Amino acid sequence: MSAVIDTHAQDHHHGPAKGFTRWLYTTNHKDIGSMYLIFSFAMFLLGGTMAMVIRAELFQPGLQIVEPEFFNQMTTMHGLIMVFGAVMPAFVGLANWMIPMMIGAPDMALPRMNNWSFWLLPAAFLILISTLFMPGGAPNFGWTFYAPLSTTYGPPSTTFFIFAVHIMGVSSIMGAINVIATILNLRAPGMTLMKMPLFVWTWLITAFLLIAVMPVLAGVVTMMLMDINFGTSFFNAAGGGDPVLFQHVFWFFGHPEVYIMILPAFGAVSEIIPAFSRKPLFGYASMVYAVGAIALLSFVVWAHHMFTVGIPLAGELFFMYATMLIAVPTGVKVFNWVATMFRGALSFEAPMLFAVAFVILFTIGGFSGLMLAVAPADFQYHDTYFVVAHFHYVLVPGAIFGIFASAYYWLPKWTGHMYDETLAQTHFWLSFVGMNLAFFPMHFLGLAGMPRRIPDYALQFADFNMVSSIGAFMFGATQLLFLFIVVKCVRGGEKAAAKPWEGAEGLEWTLPSPAPYHTFATPPEIK
Amino acid sequence: MRVHAKRAGALLGASLVSSQAMADWTLNMAPGVTGTSNEIYGLHMTILWICVAIGIVVFGVMFWSIFAHRKSKGSKPAHFHENTVVEILWTIIPFVILVLMCIPATATLMDMYDSEESDIDIKVTGYQWKWKYDYINEEFGYFSNTTTPQDEIYNRVEKNEHYLREVDNPMVVPVDKKIRFLVTANDVIHSWWVPAFGVKKDAIPGFINETWTRIDEPGIYRGQCTELCGRLHGFMPVVVKAVPQDEYDAWVAEQVASAERERELTSKDWTLAELMERGEGVYNTNCAACHQANGEGMPPTFPALKGSRIAIEDMNAHLDVVVNGVSGSPMQAFGEQLSEADLAAVITYERNAWGNDTGEMVTPKEVFDYKNKE
Ligand code: HEC
Ligand SMILES: [Cu+2]
Repeated sequence: MSAVIDTHAQDHHHGPAKGFTRWLYTTNHKDIGSMYLIFSFAMFLLGGTMAMVIRAELFQPGLQIVEPEFFNQMTTMHGLIMVFGAVMPAFVGLANWMIPMMIGAPDMALPRMNNWSFWLLPAAFLILISTLFMPGGAPNFGWTFYAPLSTTYGPPSTTFFIFAVHIMGVSSIMGAINVIATILNLRAPGMTLMKMPLFVWTWLITAFLLIAVMPVLAGVVTMMLMDINFGTSFFNAAGGGDPVLFQHVFWFFGHPEVYIMILPAFGAVSEIIPAFSRKPLFGYASMVYAVGAIALLSFVVWAHHMFTVGIPLAGELFFMYATMLIAVPTGVKVFNWVATMFRGALSFEAPMLFAVAFVILFTIGGFSGLMLAVAPADFQYHDTYFVVAHFHYVLVPGAIFGIFASAYYWLPKWTGHMYDETLAQTHFWLSFVGMNLAFFPMHFLGLAGMPRRIPDYALQFADFNMVSSIGAFMFGATQLLFLFIVVKCVRGGEKAAAKPWEGAEGLEWTLPSPAPYHTFATPPEIK
Repeated sequence: MRVHAKRAGALLGASLVSSQAMADWTLNMAPGVTGTSNEIYGLHMTILWICVAIGIVVFGVMFWSIFAHRKSKGSKPAHFHENTVVEILWTIIPFVILVLMCIPATATLMDMYDSEESDIDIKVTGYQWKWKYDYINEEFGYFSNTTTPQDEIYNRVEKNEHYLREVDNPMVVPVDKKIRFLVTANDVIHSWWVPAFGVKKDAIPGFINETWTRIDEPGIYRGQCTELCGRLHGFMPVVVKAVPQDEYDAWVAEQVASAERERELTSKDWTLAELMERGEGVYNTNCAACHQANGEGMPPTFPALKGSRIAIEDMNAHLDVVVNGVSGSPMQAFGEQLSEADLAAVITYERNAWGNDTGEMVTPKEVFDYKNKE
């Protein structure tokens, strides 16, 4: 490790290189962090456009805009792009920018690998997106790509999809290794594990989850590849294979994956709420243990996605109990955030607005999750819009509001300028209203019996679908405002102080704003 | 929880944007017409109220802080950041609530899994994109296809009341009898769901899943496939007609007799006109989704049959495609799905409709011989 640090200490006086090669060759954590964030926002807009197509088709019963085959491609690509292209890279971007500055390190521990793991992503998504233009179209079997629909019955582009997933997996694993190496090796002297900011803690645990499950994803897509191209029958019943095996392997990856998308948001919110409550985080140690417990439990709940596939009664009971158990540490986190706000001195700048909305709406998503965990009831909820409502509540106001909160919180540090607070608050309120209008009615639709992934629906579902579409358009359009706010903030604005937030704590605020190209070449002292 | 409780607050401020006659603002799950669905409804309401109660406490404290502890109101922050007693309490209390919740849930689940000692066994098979119902003990079975016209789907005519939830042959079952479903699939995974019964089970190729129901009230119950199964996943309705026992018995007798008549059709002597008439119906239910009613298909994915070499020239090739399908393409093997009479009729129809006037016909017996020769 020390070799890396030394090299960087030497070119401390250099600024960034000029031109395109700056970005292509960069090993600087701030540059790479920015690239991750920009990439993920581009993917967010692309995946969002697909969501707009979906909601436009569902605006009214009947087929108006797209044919069912294209609709299925849209739902599939929307899911894949949002999960692997928008949410995950955004958190890696935040990790890149913030972890070294929060632990007093000069850079990530493995800077060259950092560059490589970023540049793999555009390659992977170029392949994935190109499938839209291939004969037979893009993957159309849902982001969960259940076999045999995705193998024996999949479009020819499935092989390209598999290749893209492999590349994304490699990128994620390298990113995770880098995070772990950085946190375990490059902390400033005196920063013991239990003094680390929670964002660092949640990312450390997320990185272990990534390393544990991305290879499982790689395994399952490789089995698909063999079934499609090399005549094996892992998932083909006619050849002695087992379609349910696919689901077990997929969800063994898939369930920890949902925590991969939410734990870093937990961490960020645990920085932001104390800052704007001007009061230390309540229950730091229990927060850390809760994240650890959630991460461990996430490995033993996967079959709650499969309550209707016919697993034995004992299996159903086990997975129901284990899933309910996850609600306990999750509850602890929510209680801690609320206790942090209690008797603080609160102010509501954009980061705090997003963070508070995060706590409320994520909790609503947690409630519907608890309902889904009740196995007998899940027989009614499963694969309906109730599930769609549930996971959009944990992902949109969960993961994505977490990202917005982080962006507004750290933008002054990144750019050296304050963002436009009025516009940011507008962004918040429009997103908040749009998002609830889009996703809350989906609970009702699911309970009334509307299945997910259908391009057309029975007439009793018409009203709430229209409301939902209107909300979705509103939410979608609002995100262009975010783009405008960020560009405006990068280009100028009120000068930001080193510590623009009165109640903020942490090493990143000891640095000037904007943070210099190289920071903490000499590690700070931690008392 | 009162199991027959009516839909909770079903109507919100009436027709805000509604123009659809059938549309409604249903907010909650409906209790259904079986013991299982009522128990599920009870569990659903219990857990919902638990969540509401927890929500009121948590959000209550939060909104109190938001309103009372604002910096702009001069609030001075406290400095506490730990309290072991509180932290233990809010770990234990939710845990206990969840354990209490698990007890009725476990009981219901055990009941749902007990499909022993059934009165009637029906095998439910999912196909892309229709269901097949085999009455195992009575030895007959049939397909259940959607009947929603393309014109309604493409908004050329007014949609009917049961839009997308209507079939040609519904499943028919008696009330107050334990009916066991053996659920499987022929191609990809489907899922058979009737919300009013609280029955949803995945139909998986190579697996036979069991589930059961006992219906309290006669009626027509509607649902649809709930596992993404390809292009027409959204157009795969489930309709079940529950009738009193004597009506059911009469229906079964008629089905058995018509299955017998169906078998006799194979040996009957057919004229071209008879086959054409029967063929048109078979074609419209089974083939038109891809090849279109006018025989022009949707090239390049679905070839035209009008003027197709196979349909006007080599009869054996035509038989082969329809009976055995084309592997690796959406063209399924219809040999297993249609009777000899239907196969003969549809092939004859294709050779003579839309200007394919070959004048040729194939008889059910020839189809039977062709199938058995293989
Ligand atoms: C799910 C869509 C689908 C349905 C339903 C379907 N077909 Fe086909 N059919 C196809 C496709 C695709 C092909 C082309 C197969 C190939 O050669 O790759 C085809 C080919 C054919 C051909 C050969 C045409 C040619 O010129 O090559 C015939 C004949 C035919 N189908 C008859 C039928 C009949 C009869 C039915 C109804 C009993 C039917 N099809 C139902 C999709 C369908
Ligand atoms: Cu289906």
